[in-house]
Amino acid sequence: MSSTDTANPTRTPSPAAAPTAPSTRELVARQVDYWWRVYLRTWHGTLASSFLMPLLYVVAIGVLLGGYIDSDPDQLAGAPSYLAFVVPGMIAGQVMTVGVSETSWPVMSGIKWQKVYVGQIATPLTVPSIVLAQLAFVAFRLLVAVAVFLLVLAPFGVLATWWGALLAVPVLILVGLAFAAVCFGFTAGLDSDTTLTVIYRVAILPMFLFSGAFFPVSQLPAVLEWLAKATPLWHGVSLTRMLTTDTLAGGQALVHLVYLGALAAFGTWWAVRRLTAKLVV
Amino acid sequence: MISARGLRKEFGDFTAVDGIDLDVPAGQAFGFLGPIGAGKSSSMRMIAAVSPVSGGELRVLGMDPATHGPQIRARLGVCPQDDTLDVELNVRDNLLVYGRYFGLPRGEVRDRADELLEFVQLTDKAKARVDDLSGGMKRRLTIARSLINRPDLLLLDEPTTGLDPQARHVLWDRLFRLKAQGVTLVLTTHYMDEAEQLCDRLVVMDKGRIVADGSPLDLIRTHSTREVTELRFGVSVDGGHAALADQVADLADRVEVLPDRLLLYSAQGEETLAKVHERGLQPAAVLVRRSTLEDVFLHLPGRSLVD
Repeated sequence: MSSTDTANPTRTPSPAAAPTAPSTRELVARQVDYWWRVYLRTWHGTLASSFLMPLLYVVAIGVLLGGYIDSDPDQLAGAPSYLAFVVPGMIAGQVMTVGVSETSWPVMSGIKWQKVYVGQIATPLTVPSIVLAQLAFVAFRLLVAVAVFLLVLAPFGVLATWWGALLAVPVLILVGLAFAAVCFGFTAGLDSDTTLTVIYRVAILPMFLFSGAFFPVSQLPAVLEWLAKATPLWHGVSLTRMLTTDTLAGGQALVHLVYLGALAAFGTWWAVRRLTAKLVV
Repeated sequence: MISARGLRKEFGDFTAVDGIDLDVPAGQAFGFLGPIGAGKSSSMRMIAAVSPVSGGELRVLGMDPATHGPQIRARLGVCPQDDTLDVELNVRDNLLVYGRYFGLPRGEVRDRADELLEFVQLTDKAKARVDDLSGGMKRRLTIARSLINRPDLLLLDEPTTGLDPQARHVLWDRLFRLKAQGVTLVLTTHYMDEAEQLCDRLVVMDKGRIVADGSPLDLIRTHSTREVTELRFGVSVDGGHAALADQVADLADRVEVLPDRLLLYSAQGEETLAKVHERGLQPAAVLVRRSTLEDVFLHLPGRSLVD
């Protein structure tokens, strides 16, 4: 209790005398301990899923099913084999899943069930800092998932160049973040989680199946091909495939990057806006 | 610590807080009392700098919540109505991560967390998962968490709602100790015994307005008599308790008719009771007691409180 308060209760210090607010970067840094503990609590589960799931997919679809597929590299976006074609698709699909799973039910819980955000907003933390800290955590989760996936796949000889594989890491993190940010914004405005289940069925799963992960979208009828090419996953898959199969085309790659970057930026802005509307009322 | 003039909070067409004036000096235990939906929690959320003010003026710790939210919140302790703990982290970790939100160094947070676990008698539960704690323990942990930054002002929203009597008394004892240490407390409650126990000063809210203001004793003196005689008659009485009220109306300063009993307000409860018996009335049960805050409510415009 400051003594000046008791000595002169009518004192009203000018706002200029108040300490300056901590920067958003500082506020994000203050949440590292929290997210690190969340990670320690969940890493074994997530590691198993980011190790085992991709391995099962690659073996079943890439190696075993792919063994029946004997196609011209021209029809497989320049990939030397179906395995080499499908691996970047699956890894991009995997980062989408990680991104969305970290910002769907966990965000709902933070608002509605455990109300962790409600506890956080009572401290100097601000909504933008809460959103950015959680997305930073998602980026870290993606980094681990992507690194594990690539290490598991390296022995299959599907990564054309080491530098391509290395460049694919930040690209895949961006893909996952674009999905995570938009999903954060979407979930933050929901009143119940039933819509989330629907989104998984009508958006995430079809996107995974039809956005060029398993077959070239040129196989689709023209209208659906256009639709597939509008999805963020198609951009993520194409860009990843360019890097892992050494077929990088500068202009096309830039379009993918700008699309994904813009989506991540929009999602972040939307998430801040919708979470603010939920928490600061 | 807090000063408000004509403070308002509106949600669309609904007015939750309808122009209240407040002044809470340092060291006071200040209570918002009133029925659920009276505007207590809305007022608290504005003071906690998490809810924008719709109208009027508000200063918390000398600052404007609209422009200095983070700076105000840095010096507040908030114990919300829902515990908002991370149920998957253990008890001590909940305190550690929370302390970091205030920018406190890790070493200091660790020391402070151990101190606070001691203070709320949860030291032996430090490694337990929050999920495994009882309701009372969770509440105490939330209070410990709200103290991690050594706040100048502690805001408690319905601190003992939903707790069993024993857990409430443990909590009250801890809050008394904080008060003795000079922490300014602001709490909301719809329990009158809680307000009477803890608060130096109370405002009674109803429908977004302040309908009474003073110390618990002041409120009782102003709005009630020294003693109360409670009379309960059997259910077979014609016209119920209301019909009997006329027969005793002149025996007390005031008579309140409740669904299950009559309350006769007078300075001397036993004398009043004797007169009731002289009239030949035979109540099934009687009780003579001191006035409490509950009696104040029966008298105030905020009658919805007794519903």
